[in-house]
Amino acid sequence: VSGLWYGLVAAMLTVYVVLDGFDFGAGALHLYVAREDRERREVLASIGPVWDGNEVWLIASGGVLFFAFPHAYAAGFSGFYLPLMLVLWLLAARGLSISVRSHLDDPLWRAFWDAALCGSSALMAVVLGAALGNVLRGVPLDASGYFLTPWFTNFHARGAAGVLDWYTLLLGLFALVALAAHGALFLAWRNQGAVRERSLKAARVLWPVVGGGGLVAIVATELVRPEIYRALAARPWAWPLALLAALGLAGVFFFRARDLPAFLSSSAFLAGTLGATAAGLFPLLLPSTIDPKYSITAAGAAAADHGLRIGLAWWLLGMPLVALYMSITFRSLFTKARAEDH
Amino acid sequence: MSDPLFWHRVQFGFTITFHYLFPQLTMGLALLILIFKLRGHEEAARFWLRVLGINFAVGVVTGIPMEFQFGTNWARFSTFAGGIIGQTLAMEGTFAFFLESSFLALALFGEKKLGPRKHLAAVAALFAGSWISGYFIIVTNAFMQHPRGHALVNGRLELVDFTAFLFNSWAIWEYLHNMSASVITAAFVVAGIGAFWTLQGRVRDGAASLRVGIIAGLIACALQLFPTGDRQGKLLAEHQPVALAAMEGVFRAEKYADLAIIGQPDVDKQRLENPIYVPGMLSFLAYGSFGTTVRGLSDFPRDQWPDNIELLYYAYHVMVGLGTLFIALMLLAAWQLRRGVFSRPVLWMLMLAIPFPYIANTAGWMVAELGRQPWLVYGLMRTSEGSSLHVPAGDVAFTTLGFAGLYALLSIVFLFLTGREIARGPEPVP
Repeated sequence: VSGLWYGLVAAMLTVYVVLDGFDFGAGALHLYVAREDRERREVLASIGPVWDGNEVWLIASGGVLFFAFPHAYAAGFSGFYLPLMLVLWLLAARGLSISVRSHLDDPLWRAFWDAALCGSSALMAVVLGAALGNVLRGVPLDASGYFLTPWFTNFHARGAAGVLDWYTLLLGLFALVALAAHGALFLAWRNQGAVRERSLKAARVLWPVVGGGGLVAIVATELVRPEIYRALAARPWAWPLALLAALGLAGVFFFRARDLPAFLSSSAFLAGTLGATAAGLFPLLLPSTIDPKYSITAAGAAAADHGLRIGLAWWLLGMPLVALYMSITFRSLFTKARAEDH
Repeated sequence: MSDPLFWHRVQFGFTITFHYLFPQLTMGLALLILIFKLRGHEEAARFWLRVLGINFAVGVVTGIPMEFQFGTNWARFSTFAGGIIGQTLAMEGTFAFFLESSFLALALFGEKKLGPRKHLAAVAALFAGSWISGYFIIVTNAFMQHPRGHALVNGRLELVDFTAFLFNSWAIWEYLHNMSASVITAAFVVAGIGAFWTLQGRVRDGAASLRVGIIAGLIACALQLFPTGDRQGKLLAEHQPVALAAMEGVFRAEKYADLAIIGQPDVDKQRLENPIYVPGMLSFLAYGSFGTTVRGLSDFPRDQWPDNIELLYYAYHVMVGLGTLFIALMLLAAWQLRRGVFSRPVLWMLMLAIPFPYIANTAGWMVAELGRQPWLVYGLMRTSEGSSLHVPAGDVAFTTLGFAGLYALLSIVFLFLTGREIARGPEPVP
């Protein structure tokens, strides 16, 4: 059962990154694609009805990780104490800037919150990439079962590494580019006029960078944690995920003229990449850089079987409901965003 | 000050106290907005939805840190109890937050697109989401107060009986007590703002809010005392007698125990200074008969005493005292509502009463959480055993200051934006 929950947690986190990823990307491009107040309201109207629901995926995946793998949650969250506090403040700044920006008709007020949205969204994208980098690289777990990492040490990805080293920074920047590119396609789909034109322009510049950056990230990961690719090669059931990533990337270039297929391709690219990574990492939840025997694994950190089975029952009951709510909200998206809606 | 445990407690206590100022209004207000809509007060419903929107955003932003802090600040507790309390936290996300967040946007912005019936359904879904969320959180807390459905295996808690855990009797009464308290906050806010408009001479703006606020407030105030408060007290007497003794300031066991209305506990001398008593009342309230012995703090080993008896005692008396005053004020207001004419002093009192349900709610939660001490999970894990070991005190002190600054900013923005909405008031139906 613990293996199944590993897959479900990975799937929920992937959905989170695909969904909140496009509004992080949209936020990061906000100042570029939308120049005047009317355009900015259009951008906000396009993420307005969904960003809060997207963020619920973070809460829900966090909750599921907590209940299925309590010790992974405890060790991971306490070990990244300061970085997670930064995440909380960034999310607060983002939520606040979207909510309050249009309440006051004053250019300075609006300029301030627009900049806050852009900065916090871009940083959140970097944080997501760096977080993945930390999990892949591993953390200094010792016999106590816990660890604490400093912000940075010597920027080598080996030994006593900090939260930031060359590898995690690289993945952070890659995530920023990839999510910005993802957000650009979302904005192009949801908007018209100048916002759409600029979003398409951004996507045309960003996607080749994503392709090149992806190759660099693959090579870098091979240097830091080569086991992933060996495990992936030995697990044929995970190959469709890698194929999905490749097809998604190809689709982005193929569907240049069609907004929704392009956006769906970009979602498939992100989902396939993360899914294949998780499949290669399994059964590790948090590798130890001190000694592999201290690594936190799915079976080692899992809650008792009875609880996991009960969880499966309500999870299977809950997810169709979530799909229903999301279909209701997303249906409102099939008309283009208008400034009057924000 | 160099003790990490102290800072973990300060950080969690501060952030949860601030956070809960918002959901208590959201949950109660969601119900009142549904009532406004069902009674055809569309203008009032629309106005309070706008306030709910701002309030909800602050609730979300301050709520995410709460889930994170289980892992960041209370890692050993999370490893120990995560298999159980993680269930309800994950279920809250799955069953409540998705519902709330999906329908909030539709309720706020979708009235024109949806039409009246679907909009009513969106408001009802929003209400259901917020109240379901409350239940899962209360079940989590009730497990920490009165663990049910678990087994201790290899030093960790395992879930063995899901129904016993989910329908813990403690959870059911705590939930009802908490939700009626949440309705009290919303009712006082709604009635208080209605009174404010009426005092300003905007009688038409204030009428619906006054009416619904006062009726809901009177009902909720009565439910708060009986049966919900009464049953909570009896559960406490049965399962946490040492907490009850500290709340009531009972140091030595007494038959026909007196109820202290007021007085100052002196923990060193183990007595209550300058008390005013109602004879025999405590035995009756706790056990239903005057002759039952109420155990005092001295009947329990000192290492089981709550670690801040003074604060617990005062928080409890503040809660009960305010609850009593609320009933009196709402009775007076309901009488004037029935008569059809409000006097200015009563309107002033309603308006100035707005902060007090927040204080009573906060005091009530302080009673629950301080009364649970020194336990984190009652009888199973002490608070001192649950914090994260590797996180230094300085980090937590530093980020606590960060939260204080951020939350000060949030408060200013919140008051500014709701203040503008209130000044503008409800707009006539087009």
